[in-house]
Amino acid sequence: MRLPVSTSIRKYFGISYGKRFPVSRGIREGKERKSVQRANKSLRFLPVFGVVVLWQAASSAGLIPENRLPSPVAILHGFTELATEGLPPGYTLVGHCIGSLKRVLSGVALALASALPLGMFMGYWGRVRDILTPFVEMVRPIPPLAWVPIAILWFGIGDKSAAFIIFLGAFFPILLNTVGGVMTINKRLIESSLILGAGKGALFMKVLAPAAMPSIITGIRIALGIGWMTLVAAEFTGVKSGYGLGYMIMTARDIQRPDLVVAGMAIIGVIGFAMDFIIRKMEQRVLKWR
Amino acid sequence: MELRVSGLHKSFSSASEGERVDALIDVSFVVPEGRFVCVIGPSGCGKTTLLRMISGLEKPDRGTILLGDREITGPVREVGYIFQEPVLLPWRTIVRNVEFGLEMAGMAKQERREKALAALELVELRDFADFYPKEISGGMKQKAALAMALVVEPKVLLMDEPFVSLDCQTRNYMQAAFLGVWEKTRKTVIFVTHNVEEAVFLGDEIICLTSRPAEVGKRLRVGIPHPRDRTSPELNLIRKEILLFLAAEREKTRSVNGMFTHVHDLSEV
Repeated sequence: MRLPVSTSIRKYFGISYGKRFPVSRGIREGKERKSVQRANKSLRFLPVFGVVVLWQAASSAGLIPENRLPSPVAILHGFTELATEGLPPGYTLVGHCIGSLKRVLSGVALALASALPLGMFMGYWGRVRDILTPFVEMVRPIPPLAWVPIAILWFGIGDKSAAFIIFLGAFFPILLNTVGGVMTINKRLIESSLILGAGKGALFMKVLAPAAMPSIITGIRIALGIGWMTLVAAEFTGVKSGYGLGYMIMTARDIQRPDLVVAGMAIIGVIGFAMDFIIRKMEQRVLKWR
Repeated sequence: MELRVSGLHKSFSSASEGERVDALIDVSFVVPEGRFVCVIGPSGCGKTTLLRMISGLEKPDRGTILLGDREITGPVREVGYIFQEPVLLPWRTIVRNVEFGLEMAGMAKQERREKALAALELVELRDFADFYPKEISGGMKQKAALAMALVVEPKVLLMDEPFVSLDCQTRNYMQAAFLGVWEKTRKTVIFVTHNVEEAVFLGDEIICLTSRPAEVGKRLRVGIPHPRDRTSPELNLIRKEILLFLAAEREKTRSVNGMFTHVHDLSEV
């Protein structure tokens, strides 16, 4: 059956009606093409919107009990409450976001600063790789959360231990992607640079690093995702300042407010999405040569 | 400055047979300054290995390579190298690629830009200075690689089948274009190829390597001035001589060294 949907929606979902009804396979020029592109872009959030509408409809119809999963409207109210009154009262949402962001960013920055050079060395020198790989592969499977007691022992409860936990989660994806990125460089590129007079420093900074950049950026994207996952869990164990999205969610659980719990989850999702979006935009700019 | 290759020997350990396989035995020749030498030989005879050793990228087991009175023991800018596939830094524009060697030498920005543009002018690529490598064709990429190698003013230019991945027409055009550049710069060139027509069209001299283990089997002078006619009888005569040599080498491989026909070409791994 042919669905009554517009061309751009069909294109977005990849719905095609076969050869008899080719879907915009022809040529579009200038303004028309631009407007189609714009329409396609604005349609990207349509599925999300649709799910939320369906969810609300199901909640209103009583199909989803409010005590199991709050409705979108209830969550929105929870969000407003978090933003204005705060949880615990006085500790508002912006503070929680900033608190968590600071921990994630400092942990990932720490991981980047250490994993990037180490990964480049491991990628370039097989001997270094042979020596370090067993250590890496033994520490890597340990969940960052298993480190929480040790982290608290070493750094006490607070930002330092949270940053350490995130560092552990973010370190390995950046390391492995950097190693992989350097190892897969076309060897001729290295040889050509050596012939043209590149020393080790120039080789690393001007050849290996830019060549490995695409996979390094992939590593950073994965690291940020893992950073959020571990951070929120790490904050469950407590924070000193009283600010943190994970801590906020735990507090909401303690006072039995699922609407606030889900609002907190949604905020983490949106921030994570926004960060990835920013990195992807930066990637497009930095890697325009690809 | 003449290039003196003496007694080069190189062997590889063969994975399938667990023993050393000789790739080159006792390869010696002298290339006077400014000469265009083509090296030809049966496929898999170690032409690339020879070139890599001359460049210092690989070390010979025995033997020496002298450029003037200096021994080559590692990569140096005096010996430029053009690889089979054009090697460019994909994140740099063409002009920034050409600047790379000058940048490594610590040359000031303004000066190296001027030199790079002049080098691009030489290979007729000036209009594409600000393009990224992915935006230009294979032949143009190889021209850019040529400019990149020439701009640091090497004494010797080593070329490893540089036009092999191009289509026939582009290859002919690139040969002629390269000859034009060579006549302006008069670098010493060692040009490896398995294409007999290419060798006789380009070279002042042709060194024929035997099949593995390779040594110099034959040296020919091509005393025909450029520009040469690809189909002229004189050129064909030389072509025929080389083809006969190669056929004889192939025959030798089959009868004496039959086992090596299965060995994967280690030199080109």
